[in-house]
Amino acid sequence: MAEFWVLLALCGLATYAWRALGARLSSGIDAESEVFAWISCVAYAMIAGLIARMLVMPTGALAETTLVERALGSVAALGAYFRLTRHNLLAGVFAGAAAVWLMKLHL
Amino acid sequence: MSRAALVLGAREAAGVPAAVLAAGYLGFGALAAGHGLPLSLVVASTLAIWALPGQLILVEMNTLGAPLVAIVLTVALSSARFLPMTLVLVPLMRDARHRGWHYYVAAQLLALTGWTMAMARFPGIERAQRLAWFYGFAVVCLAASAAATAAGYLIADLLTPLAKTGLVFMAPMYYLLILVGGVRQRTAALALACGAFAGPLAYLVSPQWSVLVGGFAGGTLAYLLQRQRRLRG
Repeated sequence: MAEFWVLLALCGLATYAWRALGARLSSGIDAESEVFAWISCVAYAMIAGLIARMLVMPTGALAETTLVERALGSVAALGAYFRLTRHNLLAGVFAGAAAVWLMKLHL
Repeated sequence: MSRAALVLGAREAAGVPAAVLAAGYLGFGALAAGHGLPLSLVVASTLAIWALPGQLILVEMNTLGAPLVAIVLTVALSSARFLPMTLVLVPLMRDARHRGWHYYVAAQLLALTGWTMAMARFPGIERAQRLAWFYGFAVVCLAASAAATAAGYLIADLLTPLAKTGLVFMAPMYYLLILVGGVRQRTAALALACGAFAGPLAYLVSPQWSVLVGGFAGGTLAYLLQRQRRLRG
């Protein structure tokens, strides 16, 4: 297990390297500038890309659900969030998970 | 550092954001228990990495017996988003009264939930108070997630594989909703749409580099599109 602690420390450091680099470089950035506008676009796009990939081409535990199940789960989450409730995150998330769970249970 | 702003941030986190994060980390804890790792390590991964996608990669690749270098590289590349995220958030929190090291602590506390929420809330918070608000918000999120990781690990045996899948599915649903529901600006929405296309496309070419390359390409495209529209008036 000592090996895994080393692995974890390295993964933590690798993640922190991005964070620290951002904090370091941010001192030269003006929040009103064009560079700032571009970087925020990249930030949103990276996050959206990661989540889209998790939903369209998942790995690990999520890969045990089918694309249709994940698509319908997402529709249930969005529907509960936007239509059934007034932007209640908890309701949306639970609706999505419950939909996938029910589909797995009965199909 | 304003105590009122700190408490405000903590109170805003201690509700739906912490509850939903906890549900996602409950799933992670249960999943990690099934991979035969000790509890202390699994909880430490939440505190040290503090990014669910990276943690899932670590646990799953380790079980598959991937070489150490490959695991660290994959986790590092999946975490590339923290660079633009801190680059955008820190200038909004910067104030002459804060010492420089605060930004390096805030950078470690940064995660998707806190970032999205801060981007939405900061315009309504006085600049000097933002760092304190963020500390309050992020620490509650991190504490709830670490506790949920441990709880998920401990109740793993009680959960059916189906229930675990449901819990793991909560994390992407949560991210989907906070992004789709929380983004008000047109440019950000455009960047989300471009990224959602570019990310999976890049994944087909290179899974490891997909976050970095897809985000860079999608974000740049969104920026150019909105710039063109703005210049045209």
